[in-house]
Amino acid sequence: METYFILPFTLGMIFLFIVLFIKYGLWITKLSHIDKLRIVQSFFTRRTWDAIKESFMEGLVHRNMYKRNPLLGYMHMCFAMGWFLLIVFGHVESYMYYGTLAKAPWYPIFFQYYVHDWFPGERFMANLMDFLLLYILSGVLLAYFKRINSKIFGIKKTTKLKPLDRVALISLWFIFPLRLLAESATAALYGNGGFLTNTVGHFFTWIGVTPTMESALWWAYSLSLGFFFVGLPFSRYMHILTEILFIFLRHYGIKLKKQFNSYSRIQVYSCSRCGVCIDVCQMHVANISNNQSVYILKNIRDQNLTDRKLYNCLLCGRCEQACPVRINLNDLRISQRIRATKEYNSDYAFLQTLPVEPPQVVDKTPEVIYFAGCMTHITPGIKKSVLKVLDKAGVSYQFMDKEKGACCGRPLMLAGQYEAAQKLIAYNREKILDSKAPILLVSCPICYKVFRDDYELGQITIKHHSEYFLELAKQGKISLNKSDKSIVYHDPCELGRGCGVYEPPRDLLRMTGNLQTSQQEKVNSLCCSGSLGDMSLSMADRNVIKGETLKVLLKSNPDVLATACPLCKKTFVKGVDVQVKDIAEIVAEAME
Amino acid sequence: MIDVLIIGGGIAGIETACSLQDLGYETIIVEKEKTIGGHLNDWDTLFPTHRSASEVLAHYTDETRRRALTIYLNTNVISVKKQDDGSFEVHTSRDVVFRSKTVVLASGYRLFNAEKKEEYGYGIYDNVITSADLEKKLKQLNGEFKTPTDKVPEKIAFIHCVGSRDEKSGNHYCSKLCCVTAVKQAIHMKQLCPNANVFCCYMDLRMYGPGFEEMYREAQEKYHVQFIRGRLSEVGENANGTLQLKVEDTLAARPCKIQVDLLVLMVGMEADKSTELFQQSCGLQCAPNRFVKPKDHHIGSNLTNIDGFFTAGACIGPMSVFDTVNHAKAVAFSVRDYLNATK
Amino acid sequence: MRNFGFTTTKSRTIEYEKIDKRLIGYILENEPSFNACLSCGSCTAICSAGNLTSFNIRKLSLQIRLGDLEKTHEEIDKCMLCGKCLLECPRGINTRNVIMLIKKGLTIFEIKDKA
Repeated sequence: METYFILPFTLGMIFLFIVLFIKYGLWITKLSHIDKLRIVQSFFTRRTWDAIKESFMEGLVHRNMYKRNPLLGYMHMCFAMGWFLLIVFGHVESYMYYGTLAKAPWYPIFFQYYVHDWFPGERFMANLMDFLLLYILSGVLLAYFKRINSKIFGIKKTTKLKPLDRVALISLWFIFPLRLLAESATAALYGNGGFLTNTVGHFFTWIGVTPTMESALWWAYSLSLGFFFVGLPFSRYMHILTEILFIFLRHYGIKLKKQFNSYSRIQVYSCSRCGVCIDVCQMHVANISNNQSVYILKNIRDQNLTDRKLYNCLLCGRCEQACPVRINLNDLRISQRIRATKEYNSDYAFLQTLPVEPPQVVDKTPEVIYFAGCMTHITPGIKKSVLKVLDKAGVSYQFMDKEKGACCGRPLMLAGQYEAAQKLIAYNREKILDSKAPILLVSCPICYKVFRDDYELGQITIKHHSEYFLELAKQGKISLNKSDKSIVYHDPCELGRGCGVYEPPRDLLRMTGNLQTSQQEKVNSLCCSGSLGDMSLSMADRNVIKGETLKVLLKSNPDVLATACPLCKKTFVKGVDVQVKDIAEIVAEAME
Repeated sequence: MIDVLIIGGGIAGIETACSLQDLGYETIIVEKEKTIGGHLNDWDTLFPTHRSASEVLAHYTDETRRRALTIYLNTNVISVKKQDDGSFEVHTSRDVVFRSKTVVLASGYRLFNAEKKEEYGYGIYDNVITSADLEKKLKQLNGEFKTPTDKVPEKIAFIHCVGSRDEKSGNHYCSKLCCVTAVKQAIHMKQLCPNANVFCCYMDLRMYGPGFEEMYREAQEKYHVQFIRGRLSEVGENANGTLQLKVEDTLAARPCKIQVDLLVLMVGMEADKSTELFQQSCGLQCAPNRFVKPKDHHIGSNLTNIDGFFTAGACIGPMSVFDTVNHAKAVAFSVRDYLNATK
Repeated sequence: MRNFGFTTTKSRTIEYEKIDKRLIGYILENEPSFNACLSCGSCTAICSAGNLTSFNIRKLSLQIRLGDLEKTHEEIDKCMLCGKCLLECPRGINTRNVIMLIKKGLTIFEIKDKA
């Protein structure tokens, strides 16, 4: 009769499994047909093994989080890895005693309650289980501290909780201390248990323990488990299980689409709310602290995302880069913008009625079609330098947007105007293909990003001028003189994190001057604050953020601050006396 | 210990020294350049009378000589430190350390670096010059006026508000003297090249001083200078070196393209870099526009947050020659009051 | 409405009390920097869309201030959101946000162009 205490645990677990089955079932059935095919086709391949490996490393060990924030990673690892091992070895222990694995789950879970006898290996298992419990308890202790004072974790802000989160959180906090107490009570009465429960058991004996007390503690332990299981699917802890599903789907080659869909939802629910994205966000400098990715994902789940939060983001990609779960935070945000603005996309009908320019009479197909982009037209220094380098290298080119050009479509994309962007893409795409040039040369990383991601230009290679000039230099078509000027390079977000181009600009700068490193560079580089990704950030706030970025970049007092984006250049030049130059200008000067 | 140390040997500094001498005080002037006169050395003529700048400069050179003012040329101030007894210790690039009862800051201003407005093409296109470049050119003019690419200009445009009233330049304030300077230079260009079309692209015309509005009217009536109410946005260069301006004629509500041979950017005044130095070495307070903040805008514009530390001229904001001279005369009385009170 | 066989000419006078302030109110509430416009025209002169069409963002925003919304929809749809105006505005107005707010406002208040 006294074993009724297993009921809360058992019912909770059954409830959890039913909910999970329905939730995951719905998500997976709602995936697109092609995505489902991908799952089926990849199931019996290496990808599944890779996914299992990653699930282990990220879901249990929390390797990425550990790398970013060791203390936070350790805490998560205690809970996930510790609990996982506790379950695994609980079953091993139960198998060793009963000689079968076909036992109802409450036998391994409440093993110490049921089994008081000695059996071969009993001492070892009891101590091992106690060690695992101690390991988890160290994590619990850290979790208590984190709630009280998040600063010891180096976290500026910890995430806020909903009522159901609180239920799950409190149950989770109680589970392991209660297990310790329940097992210790049993140890006090029957003398079993390892180094930990036995020691605490001695203390229990000293204060006097009765079977009623023991039973009550096991009830409490089971209840906390039951509450946790019931609360789990509706709380933030759902991320633990969703993340594993996400890892598998990602390994099966499923990609985030522009439109918010079932896979987007799985990503949204995979967020562990660890708060790493809050820490890397530069908005703090301007005292903006409600729009970071973790809050946006929460707002998506709670369906209360406001425009102000949605649009107030530089889309610099620092949080995406830092996210231990590897959620596509930028594209998720853009997909929300697409959803929010889909009612008012322009069709750009005027593009159809523009006078067709007479085809340029050329002797041969140009080697390069050059698209300067809107921003480059307001930085004539960059434009003039690019043309100068092309001329000197003897490259034949067609200047696509010399006089009248349409925008590339990326700024629309960033604002969520997906349908509208498609119209500009179609218009420009035709012009690019008509040129028959094998290389599309761009000066603006914003354009570069959309050409690479959304244009489908087939055989045409898309190159940023830094990549192209490096090639010209390596082929000996241009020769560069090295000066002794010290240069610090700023990675533009769209070129660096956006397109993964980090080295070509640096290689060029090493050829032309004395390149210095900066504290935060490459994947960790800071945003200049000029980004078109943010729709509502005020100029005053942008200036504050820019000021902080400049402080980091100019720490070594360089002669030149180099960048590879007209927008970054325009943004920086406003705040400093130091020379701000685009890589094209530096190359053009070094040719003299 | 000397009574007053004056930082800057431009017209503000010299005038301050003259006035203080008249009141019976001993002064020295510290000037970083090799001559006195500051920016006045660079100007050709002064508004609104087209009077030669060297005439005004000659007046001050004569005064300096006649009064035997003590001036340290080629001397940079490194720091100013207030002592416990209220006096100042001034360290300079020379070995001497000056000690004075008061300091008058007359360090003036610097001009906006037009390269920062990259879309205007300064430093990129040959025929884009600044208003200061034009003054120098006019001053050295020998024979016919020609553009940097050696052409007698047929079309010239003046662009108002370059580096002032511009959030993108970091200068929100109005530099106030560029409007009238543009009108003066436009007239001058018309006199030199009577066949040229001269345009002024402006946001607002601020003809605040005596004779300014009359000059504006003269530019329209007599010289047919065309005023376009629109701010320049972008400049392109044609193969022949002429420039294409993109500006909206806002009164006609139509974008317009103008081809010109010469583009003159009316660069605004900015706080001199040295004010930062005083901020650091003696806690001088500056306004958000980076100029020195007067203690009282209306009845104490020569005073600063530091007792015994005064200002004269454009270190507190854009100022014309005559405003500067008046401000410098006024500081003499502020210094006298202070010295009398602390005697 | 009954067709009387004639139309009345709309008065050219701006009657301040009769201005349709819905759209401008919505924009200013969400993007206060729009208050600072001094109609310098640099946004229009630099505009990529204005280079291809008759789009004049300065004039359009002036019309919106006056509640003259007869062609706003057609006009605003020409903007490509490239952001050149944002980089040029001497008053630091968040022009791209203004454009998006105009688009959204037209949808919210169901303001349609007059044929």
